[in-house]
Amino acid sequence: MKILVCISNVPDTTTRIKLSGDQNAIDLSSVQWIINPWDELALTRALELKEASGGSISSVSIIHVGNAGSDATLRKALAIGADDAIRVDAAPTDAYAVAHEIAEAIKDKNYDMILCGIESSDYNGSAMGGMLAEFLNMESVSSVSKLEIEGDELKLNREIAGGFEVVSATAPVVVIVQKGIALEPRIPSMRGIMMARKKPLEVVAATGAEALTEFVHYTPPQPKAACKMIDADNPAELVNLLHNEAKII
Amino acid sequence: MNFDYTEEQLMIKQAARDFARKLEADVIERDRTATYPTAHVKEMAELGFLGMMIDPKYGGGGMDSLSYTLAIEEISKIDSSVAVIMSVHNSLVSYGLEKYGTEEQRQKYLPRMATGEHIGAFLLSEPEAGSDATSQKTLAEDKGDHYVLNGTKNWITSADHSSVYIVIAQTHPEKKHHGINALIVDRHSPGITLGAHEDKMGMRSSDTHSVMFTDVKVPKENRLGEDGFGFAFAMKALEAGRIGIAAQATGIAAGAYERALQYSRERKAFGRLISEHQAIAFKLAEMYLKIENARNLVHKAAWLKDTNKPYSLAGSMAKLYAADIAMEVTTEAVQIHGGYGYVKEYHVERLMREAKLTQIYEGTSEIQKIVISRSLLKHK
Repeated sequence: MKILVCISNVPDTTTRIKLSGDQNAIDLSSVQWIINPWDELALTRALELKEASGGSISSVSIIHVGNAGSDATLRKALAIGADDAIRVDAAPTDAYAVAHEIAEAIKDKNYDMILCGIESSDYNGSAMGGMLAEFLNMESVSSVSKLEIEGDELKLNREIAGGFEVVSATAPVVVIVQKGIALEPRIPSMRGIMMARKKPLEVVAATGAEALTEFVHYTPPQPKAACKMIDADNPAELVNLLHNEAKII
Repeated sequence: MNFDYTEEQLMIKQAARDFARKLEADVIERDRTATYPTAHVKEMAELGFLGMMIDPKYGGGGMDSLSYTLAIEEISKIDSSVAVIMSVHNSLVSYGLEKYGTEEQRQKYLPRMATGEHIGAFLLSEPEAGSDATSQKTLAEDKGDHYVLNGTKNWITSADHSSVYIVIAQTHPEKKHHGINALIVDRHSPGITLGAHEDKMGMRSSDTHSVMFTDVKVPKENRLGEDGFGFAFAMKALEAGRIGIAAQATGIAAGAYERALQYSRERKAFGRLISEHQAIAFKLAEMYLKIENARNLVHKAAWLKDTNKPYSLAGSMAKLYAADIAMEVTTEAVQIHGGYGYVKEYHVERLMREAKLTQIYEGTSEIQKIVISRSLLKHK
């Protein structure tokens, strides 16, 4: 079995987002980039499955649509344990274009399972995984928070309102994963970092898929009000402030 | 001249930062109860931090000293106890073994040092020989095919949790420091007993003991270098070790600064954030400048070592400066926190206690000034 994990390159989740002057773009000048947290968990689960497979999972590959600035993020994924990487050399304009580029790049590569994070932490579009499955004419299961392989069958837990449902599927399949799919992301080991430089990172030309959407305008959220600390031994003060200052009781 | 980190160095720094975040959950409790960080050391070993500079042919990461200083700095921002275990293991013991050991000694010890199965300890200080390391009282009597060790060593980091000791001891007292040897000793050899766990001011989660040797037999093949090389060996190992401690001190300062910066952006006084008061903003500016200076000194020393140039002077300057500013910066971080800085919950009082040790161990600040001034004055 060959697994592919789709990787998005996103600003560190602690980044203070600044907008450019006309508010239709984000100022990326001092942003630190990371692997999209959902994708990182997907990669972690893929590696766990490979390690437990006794050789039946032959490789875990990663793919990304982006420019050369993403290579550090891809090297980190290789350091964590992915075997090889493909970067489609194009700016990731929207989910449709990204899904189209990935589908074109891998259509002849016969991956048995493709893992995507359910969303990326930058634009949270939640659309790429489903579109990719359609382009590849593959089955897909979304919102998967548990993934086990039993023989030829995949056992998937899907999160639904009030609980989860268990779904079985067979390869080839696109699995769109939710948090919980792996406990926590892995820290790359020194050996992994050393080996990452020798692993293949193939850059392929984009087909030039056009985006179907564009960003018109961003509005930053209202700044949070300052937090007021009240001593734990002084509940009377808490009641007083809720009553007289916040006026909510 | 290039101040950019490589992609790999950045990845190592980030990996160390991610690892250090996990230390934060129990760092206050381990400090309070002086508990050894067993699980964290195991994870540090699995991630390869314990063998990061060891040659890959012995199972290490083969990384340079600069990468090592980045990792030590990140870990020290959160927890210097874990950093000192890493530092002694890497830059005193593993480095000493790899640089001055025979091929047999390297093959015997380094693969298991690299995986962390063996943790190293370095036994130089004695009750009456700290800075004055030439006056070793511990004896390594030459008995033909082995040595017999007798004496006491003090302030030994990882004394209880290590398995490989490098012991500095006197074989030929008449030759003074030219008679000293460095011996690799199995920590579980008959005749080794430990004193009580030292109840330290800071770095309380690392175990520190005195170690007593009573007729401990050590095979001759466990000697590092020629007969009488021990003092020179210890000085060389400490030269390398100082870069690690300088990085640790920089990390302690940077950790305190980061906390003070964050606090100053949240705490209000007189109707505005304290960071908007010049008294606090100027403190932050001075702290940042000192940390940047220390880091540059550390990086230069590491770069000199990595490019096989003499680094003794640079290492001593880095260690002296970084340790002194760690004390200053952590003190200011406590001041910025006010009363909150004086309680354990906010970490900066612990960082201040940790900073103090960096002015004392692996060569006091005063010893560094001797090294530096002698280096300046030896050229007429």
